[in-house]
Amino acid sequence: MNAAARRFLLRHPGVARLGVVILILIAWEIAARFFIDPLFISPPSRVFASLGSVWQTDGVPAALRLTFFELAVAFAIAVVIGLVVGLAVGLQPFARRSLMPIILLLYGLPQITILPLFILYFGIGAASKIAFGVTHGMFPIIVTIVAGVQNLKPILLTSARSMGASRWQMLRWVIFPHMIPSFFAGMRLGMTGVLLGVLLAELYVSTAGIGHFTTLFTQNFDPTKLFGLVAMLAAMAIALNEMVRRAETRFSRWR
Amino acid sequence: MTRRTERAQRIASRAVQAGFLLVLLILWYLATNRWGVNRLLLPNPVSVWHQLVDVLRTGEYLDDLRITLTELAVAFALAMTSGTLIGYFVSRTRYTVRVFDPLFAGIYSIPIILFLPLYILFFGLGPASKIALGATIAFFPVVLSTIAGFGNVDRTLIVAARSMGASDYQLFRHVLLPAALPVILTGLRIGFTVALLAIIGSETIASLAGLGHHIVQLAEGMDMPRMFAYIAFVVAIAALLNGIVSLLEARGRRRR
Repeated sequence: MNAAARRFLLRHPGVARLGVVILILIAWEIAARFFIDPLFISPPSRVFASLGSVWQTDGVPAALRLTFFELAVAFAIAVVIGLVVGLAVGLQPFARRSLMPIILLLYGLPQITILPLFILYFGIGAASKIAFGVTHGMFPIIVTIVAGVQNLKPILLTSARSMGASRWQMLRWVIFPHMIPSFFAGMRLGMTGVLLGVLLAELYVSTAGIGHFTTLFTQNFDPTKLFGLVAMLAAMAIALNEMVRRAETRFSRWR
Repeated sequence: MTRRTERAQRIASRAVQAGFLLVLLILWYLATNRWGVNRLLLPNPVSVWHQLVDVLRTGEYLDDLRITLTELAVAFALAMTSGTLIGYFVSRTRYTVRVFDPLFAGIYSIPIILFLPLYILFFGLGPASKIALGATIAFFPVVLSTIAGFGNVDRTLIVAARSMGASDYQLFRHVLLPAALPVILTGLRIGFTVALLAIIGSETIASLAGLGHHIVQLAEGMDMPRMFAYIAFVVAIAALLNGIVSLLEARGRRRR
């Protein structure tokens, strides 16, 4: 490698990173084309070329839409529950001390063990995925919001009250602005949880969502389409995560 | 606040916690015995307790437990060695940190459970796919914390040790490792927890044996009391394992 190229790479780690990714893709391509049974793995070039045909497979666009709908509804419910419970528990010192250990205990449970119960109670349709996503997403939100309320300086509350602020005014002008950073941090963690919960439930059992198609493609030994579908889902997950992360940096800037 | 009121409040909050659990149990009992909630949806707590005692006495969990623990041990060992080694070599220069750290962090933000179907297609339904998935999921927290641990060692410490004539090994053993260890241990604990979840999860979704598999079998057989008992058992095992790992982490932190 000549000196100029070397210096360019040293100054741009992003380019080197891209190079690493391309190298991995090339290694995968060679391995998949020449060494591994094509029933099990598919080279990236073929996966990329198949994205269009995956999209045209009967039911796949609807399945992606359904999964997106489940994610959105689960996230909205998780945020509302997390916000209400988090504020209710966090603003009352007594409630925080007595209920927080219970919340942390529930948060620590391996929820995956009760996934069959969710299917039993909510059926194999969208409801069970939404419910499982909600229970995964709400706990990190509650915990972050409680931590955010705890960090609220008591002097701010005292001075607001001594200047005659009503309960609503304190919520609106002191607590909410102060909560925004932890609220968005909680939303980011909640989104990670919701994605995990919904996808787990989808993969476990599904009649029309993407879980149905991953099972279908796996059983048909069609790795090209399977990789394509997973790539689409990964793109969806990255986009959702990125949206929440952007919102977090944007709304945390005021301090 | 005086000490006495503080103590009274602590007792009161303990009482609320105990009361919460008690009310939950009583509601559960009444719901199944008095209000006629379908036994298939919610089994009676007494029969769940009997089943739990039975599960523990017959030792039928041993095979599944052994499989799950073996998968966990292999997966975690793989993630630990590869994660700490790769993390260490990446952390050697600031340039490699800037190249690789965002790459790992980016992949870590994707829910890796998505790749489960690929792993199952490639490694089959047996333990291999669980080990591979668990190792992949645990690798990222380990590697990221190793990079963070070694990468953020105070430069002055390194320069000071060097100028006093420390060899490469001495520098690593007495400066770099003690400084990085707490962060690495945290990463290892997180890695262990997510590996456990991933393994039980993938056993639940598609497998031939293991604790998660057994729960699904009982669910499909509609054997609800035994399934609740088994869930309680698995939750207790997971809590025990996580407790042990947290304890080890705390000890490793103290004795560096």
